[in-house]
Amino acid sequence: MNDAKNDAKFYKILIFVNSAVPLALLGWDAYFGRLGANPIEYFLRTTGVLTLVFLLLSLLITPLRKIFGWNQLIRYRRMIGLFAFFYGAVHLMTYSVFDKSFRIGAIVDDVWERPFIAFGMAAFIMLIPLAVTSTNGMIKRLGGKNWQRLHRLAYLAGIAGVVHFFMIQKSDYFYPVIFGVVLVVLLGYRLAKSKFAAQKLSGQIR
Amino acid sequence: MAEKIRSREITPENLYLNRRNFIRAGVFAGSTLATAGVYKLINPPPPKEVETAPIENVVASTESVAGDELTSLENITNYNNFYEFSTRKTAVARAAEDFVTEPWSISVEGAAGKPRVFGMDEILKFTQEERIYRLRCVEGWSMVIPWVGFPLRTLLNKVEPLSSAKYVAFQTFYDGANPKVSGVKLPQGANSMQSSFGAGIEFPYVEGLRIDEAMHPLAIVATGLYGKRLPNQNGAPVRLVVPWKYGFKSIKSIVRIRLTETEPPTTWNIAAPGEYGFYSNVNPEVAHPRWSQANERRIGEIGMRKTLMFNGYADEVASLYSGMDLRKNF
Repeated sequence: MNDAKNDAKFYKILIFVNSAVPLALLGWDAYFGRLGANPIEYFLRTTGVLTLVFLLLSLLITPLRKIFGWNQLIRYRRMIGLFAFFYGAVHLMTYSVFDKSFRIGAIVDDVWERPFIAFGMAAFIMLIPLAVTSTNGMIKRLGGKNWQRLHRLAYLAGIAGVVHFFMIQKSDYFYPVIFGVVLVVLLGYRLAKSKFAAQKLSGQIR
Repeated sequence: MAEKIRSREITPENLYLNRRNFIRAGVFAGSTLATAGVYKLINPPPPKEVETAPIENVVASTESVAGDELTSLENITNYNNFYEFSTRKTAVARAAEDFVTEPWSISVEGAAGKPRVFGMDEILKFTQEERIYRLRCVEGWSMVIPWVGFPLRTLLNKVEPLSSAKYVAFQTFYDGANPKVSGVKLPQGANSMQSSFGAGIEFPYVEGLRIDEAMHPLAIVATGLYGKRLPNQNGAPVRLVVPWKYGFKSIKSIVRIRLTETEPPTTWNIAAPGEYGFYSNVNPEVAHPRWSQANERRIGEIGMRKTLMFNGYADEVASLYSGMDLRKNF
């Protein structure tokens, strides 16, 4: 019996179930009419926040691995990223169906006229190729380097998503600021790291 | 040299696996419960029921809208914008629970022949009418509310406005960072209001109308809804209702009304001058800079409906703005 493999499987199930818990509770509350006076708005806001939470969690994996050496975390990143995509898709569908009655023209107009919708849409569109290329087969086909380069789109999606969240707020920016600070830390870490690596590299060359 | 482990000291495999499964089950249950707990933190709390005193001798008004279904009391009292208490609409009802609104008085002052202070008992002596109005929030949702109140002009006429009075300024009670709102003796609020920093807008909340808007028969001072005194979260004990303007113009928990010669500052205009103008008439053709105002979601409905010009009160109020460019004067 392989304990390490067994552990990984257990943690995968654990993370999957935990990631699905908000969806289950949201569905439960929706079914029993417990989403408050404006259930559509609540559903939209919650799925939007969940998308950002999972997107930021997926961006947290690399720093945790590098700083603490928790390399096994890489096994769970794909699932977390796919949950971000999933919640984003539910968010977009809710908006399309309940706010726009699924009229494509109205959605396109909205993207064109409302910058905050454009940012949200851009964030979601950037997640599509990432979800599509998340399989082992696709990683192989693209090659590790190309795959990694493509998946840096997650940074841009994170930025667009947080800007989208900022722009819908009327005056209380508490939550968008928290998400923004976390994002700045996560991306700042990468920037600092790559600068450091570049310096080291140029030092070696000389 | 390592000591030899005797075979009887080795934990039997089945026991080892049992303990492992036990721990796993614990981790599983604990983590899902924790996740559910975090989710519940952001979940809207269950609606809070309100019970306020009935208002006697309410008469029906011909100014009420007909045909629209009333929004439920539960929804009217659990989905509120009252930033002094919370910026979360579903959290205001609970945050405003301890707000003390007795005794209460309103100072009606400024460019008037007989400025004075009105106690709440006096306010309640004006003939109280039921007015069923649509309420359209600038955020894109709407309600139909059976208010109880009386025309604002009835109150203003009591102080005999001077001809120099061109505008009317209103102010909400505030007991947060700046307890001295005015010279009026204020009720003892429970100091449950938050700071301007937390809300992102300046307090005390102020609003204003042009004098002809204030004198319009549709503009009312509301003291109740559904036949009973106003719940705290809806602006107890006395508020303004201007049904053809976005909801934020209908200022809550008023302590001061001032007749002025110049256009008074208004809170949302101070916070974002490019987004909220002095007039803020409901207008489906003039979008908020960040979102469309063409449609609205009626609370209790799933789809969207078309927003009506002046919130459906165009026949009554459009003449107030004839010759004005409503895109400039948004």
